[in-house]
Amino acid sequence: MVRFFGILIGLFFAGMLIYSFGRGAVEYVSNPPVKAVEYQFHEKPKDVSFASDGPFGKFDNQQLQRGFQVYKEVCAACHGLRLVAFRNLAELGYNEDEVKAIAANWIIETPSVNPDTGEASTRPSIPADKFPKPFANNVAAAAANNNAIPPDLSLITKARNGGAPYVYSLLTGYSDPPSELPEANRPGAGLHYNPYFANLNIAMAPPITGDDQVTYSDGTKATVSQMSEDVSAFLIWTAEPSLVKQKQTGWAVIAFLLIATILAFLSYKTIWADVKAEKKKKDA
Amino acid sequence: MSFPWAQQYKPTTEFGQWMDEKLPIGRLIYNSVGAGYPTPRNLNYMWNFGSLAGVFLVVQIVTGIILAMHYAANAAIAFDSVEHIMRDVNSGWMIRYAHANGASFFFIAIYLHIGRGLYYGSYKAPREMIWLLGVVIYLLAMATAFMGYVLPWGQMSFWGAKVITGLFEAIPLVGKPIQELLLGGFAPDNAALNRFFSLHYLLPFVIAGVIIMHIWALHIPGSNNPTGVNVKGPQDTVPFHPFYTAKDGWFLGLALIFFTGMMFFMPNALGHADNYIPANPLSTPAHIVPEWYFWPWYAILRAFTFDFLFVPAKLLGVLAMFSAILVWFFLPWLDKSPVRSGDYRPRFKKFFWFGLIPCIVILGICGGAPAEEPYVMLSQLASAYYFAHFLIILPLLSRIEKPEPLPNSITEAVTGKPLEQAS
Repeated sequence: MVRFFGILIGLFFAGMLIYSFGRGAVEYVSNPPVKAVEYQFHEKPKDVSFASDGPFGKFDNQQLQRGFQVYKEVCAACHGLRLVAFRNLAELGYNEDEVKAIAANWIIETPSVNPDTGEASTRPSIPADKFPKPFANNVAAAAANNNAIPPDLSLITKARNGGAPYVYSLLTGYSDPPSELPEANRPGAGLHYNPYFANLNIAMAPPITGDDQVTYSDGTKATVSQMSEDVSAFLIWTAEPSLVKQKQTGWAVIAFLLIATILAFLSYKTIWADVKAEKKKKDA
Repeated sequence: MSFPWAQQYKPTTEFGQWMDEKLPIGRLIYNSVGAGYPTPRNLNYMWNFGSLAGVFLVVQIVTGIILAMHYAANAAIAFDSVEHIMRDVNSGWMIRYAHANGASFFFIAIYLHIGRGLYYGSYKAPREMIWLLGVVIYLLAMATAFMGYVLPWGQMSFWGAKVITGLFEAIPLVGKPIQELLLGGFAPDNAALNRFFSLHYLLPFVIAGVIIMHIWALHIPGSNNPTGVNVKGPQDTVPFHPFYTAKDGWFLGLALIFFTGMMFFMPNALGHADNYIPANPLSTPAHIVPEWYFWPWYAILRAFTFDFLFVPAKLLGVLAMFSAILVWFFLPWLDKSPVRSGDYRPRFKKFFWFGLIPCIVILGICGGAPAEEPYVMLSQLASAYYFAHFLIILPLLSRIEKPEPLPNSITEAVTGKPLEQAS
């Protein structure tokens, strides 16, 4: 009985699927699907490597500090870093006084209340504060940015396929739209062509426009590529501050497990030696 | 419930004897996973994944309990509380990455464990109940994993919850009320997040309970083995401890190397970038995909593109997806071949390796790909084979197939000598 109904149900499902396949195949042949324009012009992130890549990668603190400077002078006006606290900057090699100064002098103050009147106000940040948001809310963010909301950057290298190379490519990837790009896909008012962006047209104006847009204190030449790479490296850190610690812990754990596994394997071999010997006699 | 030659538990210390009279927990362990459980001597490495899945369940429960100490099940702060764990809780990143990747490794172990059962006929008499309980564990694990993925309240959490609960909408009349009951509202929000958290904490303990029954049922007939031949004498078996504790032990070490390699060096490889964006009901991600372990079923769901009479395609897809798993409940009665092991079934072996396995792999690839050609056509062919395999091929095969001769005993298969003479 089970088998009888089973075969009936099986025939129904398999039949429906073969029928759907047939209809789909006819459709596919007679009316082949056109690749969306976004697919044709979209480009994969550029091949760029960072000091923190690979199983032994470490953050380059000099680079992270330069990247932070780019963030502060170029990005911070529109993009928040709401999950990162000023105190976290100590991990980039800043000392306590420097962190305090960065917090206190940050371009936006931390929202607070007036201690006397209770009215909404702001105060200078302290190291324990998270980076204050550049806009009070999404409506304000959209109103100030041609109806596009600048995303928070705390997790951006983990929140986009392609990670930091994607961020780097996006920053350096602005170009004039190719002449064969259809009219419908050309950037409209307030949009900018960027083949690394999913739908090719991004609301953000090119943020890093020319060499020496920032002045690095360590003497590194601030080329467009250098600044983009530095800020991408900085955003790897903001997204995964424990990245290096993860890898170091990983090596210790794997070294321990390797030794433990080898010992366990040897005791397994010893325990089974007699039983296996019987099998060997047969194979011989 | 065990073979007559099983070693007997003899407590040696006075305390052991005292305990054995009052609460014989030592005896229970001895007879379940100790020297008191005679186990076929010829088990291959495919028999390691049951205990491995058990270990990963424990990893999930332990890391999960710690995560729950820091996580906040509230739609307004859930996402940030996960980031709080990643950034501010001591070694919080380790606990969370262990939990996130542990789920994947639990499913890897469970899939290989199921595949072992399918190939070696472990679902056949007298082990039907072990198999049925196993399918229940799998269903519970899928529900638990799905709800767990919703908890970080990222984009894929939100839209995954919306799509999966939306499946119930396809059921006529009762579908909409069921969906609202599951979500506690009309769309995923705080009510859904809270009940998912509650159930995500509860279900692993239900799974643990069903696992106890699964192992209990296993100890009635004892383990199957690669020949599928019944255990016939003491020489066919070795005591579980130390033989299989040692084998499971070193293999666990190997599995943990892969697991820790994943969680320390590529912890987000199996996740989705979109889930690091906070849930936003107003912005739909370009591709809504579930976790990899759901991909084959997701492909079956999307393979139905045409209505059948008055039954809409979406409902057909939902019915097919559930049937694809429920068919496992009937497997012991669909495949009536008396031979258990696929090693001795020449045709079954071909259908298994060149039919079922490639079909599942293709379904997996198609389920993770966007719903466009050629993936839809591929998943239609693969789904058709999937249903045909379990519902048509296996029932008919057991009638027409001529199995190869079976060895007289496990000992003969291993040593080449008949059971009586083997030393």
